[in-house]
Amino acid sequence: MDLLASTLVYGLVNSAVLLLTALGFSLTFGLSGVANFAHGGLYLLSGFLAWMLVHYLGLPFLVAAAVTVVVVGAAGAGIYRAVVMPVRGIVLSEVISTFAAGVAIVEFFRWRGFTTYDFSLPALVEGGVEIAGVSVDYQRLLIVAIGLGLTLILWVLTHHTKMGLALRGMSQDEYTALSVGVESDWAAMLSLALGSALAAVAGLVLLPLGIISINTGYDVLLIALAVTVLGGLESTAGLIAGSLILGFAMVITGNYLGPRWSEVVYLGAIVVVLAVRPSGLLGKSKELEDRV
Amino acid sequence: MSRAPRSHRKERIDRGIKVRSDDIFAIGSARDLAYVVAPRALAILALLCFPLLQGLVSRYWQTVMLNTLVIALLALSWDLLASVGLISLGQSLFFGLGAYAAGWLDAHLGVSPLLSIPLGTAAGALIATAVLFPLLRLRGHYFGLITFALPLLFMRIVETTGILGGTEGLSSLKPLPGRTTELYLATGAVLATLWAYRRMSATDYGLVFQAIRDNERSVMAAGFDIQWRKAQAVFLAALPAAFAGAFVTHRYQFVGMPAFALEYSVLPLTAAVVGGAGSFLGPVVGSFILVPLSEAMREFGSLRVVVYSLMLLLFTVGLPEGIFRFAARKYGQFERLAPIEEAPDGK
Repeated sequence: MDLLASTLVYGLVNSAVLLLTALGFSLTFGLSGVANFAHGGLYLLSGFLAWMLVHYLGLPFLVAAAVTVVVVGAAGAGIYRAVVMPVRGIVLSEVISTFAAGVAIVEFFRWRGFTTYDFSLPALVEGGVEIAGVSVDYQRLLIVAIGLGLTLILWVLTHHTKMGLALRGMSQDEYTALSVGVESDWAAMLSLALGSALAAVAGLVLLPLGIISINTGYDVLLIALAVTVLGGLESTAGLIAGSLILGFAMVITGNYLGPRWSEVVYLGAIVVVLAVRPSGLLGKSKELEDRV
Repeated sequence: MSRAPRSHRKERIDRGIKVRSDDIFAIGSARDLAYVVAPRALAILALLCFPLLQGLVSRYWQTVMLNTLVIALLALSWDLLASVGLISLGQSLFFGLGAYAAGWLDAHLGVSPLLSIPLGTAAGALIATAVLFPLLRLRGHYFGLITFALPLLFMRIVETTGILGGTEGLSSLKPLPGRTTELYLATGAVLATLWAYRRMSATDYGLVFQAIRDNERSVMAAGFDIQWRKAQAVFLAALPAAFAGAFVTHRYQFVGMPAFALEYSVLPLTAAVVGGAGSFLGPVVGSFILVPLSEAMREFGSLRVVVYSLMLLLFTVGLPEGIFRFAARKYGQFERLAPIEEAPDGK
């Protein structure tokens, strides 16, 4: 009974973690079709940037967090201008150049020696509470709230504002969008900036759960890919469903088979979903055409 | 802010010697023949002579040479996949499968390297093809994504289930006979792969691969089963990479989880992009630039990886044709400024 309750609670928390992790990647991909393989690098960058702002400049954490989100967002826009724009439309080059940018960021921090146990971010809220006999700290509840809140905000943004509609129009049919006055480079840059800022938010909220380890940079990218692939692109419901399925699957395998199995789960999910149902669980046919 | 109209433009013209030697081989002068043959003959000769210079070259740089050849094999394999339009972000999948296949054959069946390398190569390539077969419908990002995830998945499976030695790996396997054999084996493999791939890409069979890259639907309309063709391409591409894995297994007498490491994916990819994808020679040239460079930077730790990634970035964005094509163009053509003629109506 205890194990069941903890599975339920932590499955939910883990799903929110995955949702937050994948949000930025999925948003960028859904809005402009750019697969930002630097997502993990930007996530890691946000963690270390906030840490440096707090420890070297002595800023309060909330201020540092706000600065970080803005800076990482700008970095995303910069990545688009410098790296993606010159090769826009060539899938091979887009993938390679963003992947290289991500690896460069991650390995830069490894080189600078950001590998010890000193690097951790403070939690926004301390303390915890018991839910159905399982103790959960406030930070994890905050993650659930922020994950759901951001998803809702983004859904409104992309479905009910002019900007969001313009961006989605571009991802659906670039030429038509151009002809009604959506400037594709600005739109794509904006979507990448937004996606990167979301990666930063995710980093700032999730990294306090443990120490900041370098390999998180790669894991985050894979998790984002797994959730996006599983749920189907540009489908908010798919994103939530994907994170719930993976989140619970990871916690269940982790609880019953041992913690190492949870990594096998999300990697396996990518492979199995792409092999069996390439459009994802809630994907639409247009996306299928890109994939297969 | 309008730019002043330019009066000249750059134009490229073939060098006289290239025109002569391209068209009339039978009656070429010694100079013309040397122009055509010398670059490749010198390169091959240098490769073949290298193992004989063991007295002159330190053991360390021999090791670097071996690593270079291994990366060259992986990069060649990457280039063949790219020529079918499959972008691999995980060459270490093929490498690791070949390495483990050879390791298993040695550790469990006690086969000598003479057999376990060819068998390991074939088995590794077959397993890789079987694993990728259901995924070959995927295109673009998605194939890259799946190849990125697969080696990590295999690594985790080995770690979690403890099969094939788990985190310890399989050790004390049989060694290869000696340094000279190792060097010649690797050199021979690179040259043979290069030769076979280049020959193949000129045949009808190889043209179908390139057609699949350019337009899948028209190849389907022409009555080819592209699924099956892609599987064949994956198998052919997996062969040299699995060989590299089997070779390295016996060279270190050990195989373990590092066989699926990211390094074996990123280095060949960078080599192919730096050298120039699409010609098979480019990736080899790229690995001969990249691996010694990375050895020279060994003391800087993971700064090396930062440098590769930045090179990858610079070349993808700035010189997409790669060093090899660039050099080949300079060798065969020159540039000059030609005046721009006005259009008759003055526009």
